[in-house]
Amino acid sequence: MIAMRRWSVRHARGLETTYRILERVFVALDPVWRRLGYRRVEAPVAAIERAVKGLLFDCQMCGQCALGATGMSCSMNCPKNLRNGPCGGVRANGNCEVHPDMPCVWVLAVEGSRRMREGSVSIRLVQPPVDRRLQGRSSWLAVARERAGSTP
Amino acid sequence: MIFEDEPVPGYPLPILPGHTSPGRLERVLRAGVFAVTTELDPPDSADPEEVYRRARVFDGYVDGINATDGSGANCHMSSLAVCALLTKVGYAPVMQISCRDKNRIAIQGDILGGAAMGVCNILCLSGDGVQCGDHPQAKPVFDLDSLSLLQVARTLRDDKSFQSGRKLTWAPRVFLGAAENPFAPPSEWRAARLAKKVDAGAQFIQTQYCFDIPMMRDFMHRAGDLGLLEKVFVLAGVGPLKSAKSAQWMRTHVAGTHIPDSVIGRLQGAQDQALEGRRLCIDLIHQLREIPGIRGVHVMAYRQEETVAEVIERSGVLAGRRPWFPERDQQQQPERISS
Repeated sequence: MIAMRRWSVRHARGLETTYRILERVFVALDPVWRRLGYRRVEAPVAAIERAVKGLLFDCQMCGQCALGATGMSCSMNCPKNLRNGPCGGVRANGNCEVHPDMPCVWVLAVEGSRRMREGSVSIRLVQPPVDRRLQGRSSWLAVARERAGSTP
Repeated sequence: MIFEDEPVPGYPLPILPGHTSPGRLERVLRAGVFAVTTELDPPDSADPEEVYRRARVFDGYVDGINATDGSGANCHMSSLAVCALLTKVGYAPVMQISCRDKNRIAIQGDILGGAAMGVCNILCLSGDGVQCGDHPQAKPVFDLDSLSLLQVARTLRDDKSFQSGRKLTWAPRVFLGAAENPFAPPSEWRAARLAKKVDAGAQFIQTQYCFDIPMMRDFMHRAGDLGLLEKVFVLAGVGPLKSAKSAQWMRTHVAGTHIPDSVIGRLQGAQDQALEGRRLCIDLIHQLREIPGIRGVHVMAYRQEETVAEVIERSGVLAGRRPWFPERDQQQQPERISS
């Protein structure tokens, strides 16, 4: 929903802070995830992540969330899946070349990043190509596992 | 200007220190010479002669010919095939690669294949959406984006390996380029995007059509502030407009084209609008040349490619030099072979 996407971008700063806390909680829960088994909790956590991020960002569950580097505007909603900035086709009114009624995901991203602390820097970093195998998986768990240094 | 080691078609130039390709375009740019590139409209045909016919109209006026890759999401002869034909006789093509139609497996194969056939310049693009073209029902791929494509190409060249890490036995020696549109929103962020492209490996940039000098100046100023002008060669996109009507059509139908009302007004007021369009193009070239950091022009004259020679000739940007083309040095050839 476009209205929610706009809301998230307007509240990019607050969401950034929330995300930082959430990340700490997820990392702290690493022993729990390990005891239950990362594989076993994958499906329920991914379902929750899909519901929450679906509502806030129209999340596409790419499994390697870059929202922190895209001004809290999900770049997988760009019809070209651009993860590194707007294409050259953005319309003069700031809307998408492909979907004329949709605001460009990256025009929103730049707006959101200005409100963010770390996000205003990380939007300038080059994002690597998407790993298509991770589609549908929880990126929250992936981050927790990576930060805690656990093996799957 | 003739390089003392000007190539015989099929034989690459030696790679100079600090250069990454054996190509003429990189030579010209790094020599500090104002460069001219153009775009070949690929035929809807399987006839190679049509490619040569379309290339010959630029003979003596350009340092590189872009071979477009399904531009505007329309089907044409592939850029790889156009490049294969062009390199066979010695032309210096810029192989455009769009992320729209191919995934990373196909793209990396094309980069190796292109380089094997003598392609020295690669332009990494995201590509127009499929809805713009003649096959809107097609599946858009977009496995990579223009920046990750630059990274992948640079990895092939500098790390001698595929994105997977698997090693190459011979790396492609290519000069890497990208596009930028200083005239599309968010315009104040366009220079930052250029910085990202440079970080990802872009060595030269060809911009979208420029009809708005103040906007270009602003973009170049911001790029200068980010320290980019020493790191990347910017070729400004220009093109002659056929008429006020076609300019109006372009700005509504061609994604990312920004044409100010004053330009349309100037064409409307002219008796011969096509002539005025060419004059405007020359004026723009003159103004662009004065902007610090603009190192050349990329002339796009879609369906009026024959005007490129005239525009370049009258603009005087070549300053008397004659870029290489297959028959240029015919008289000198026997002499060189005997040496």
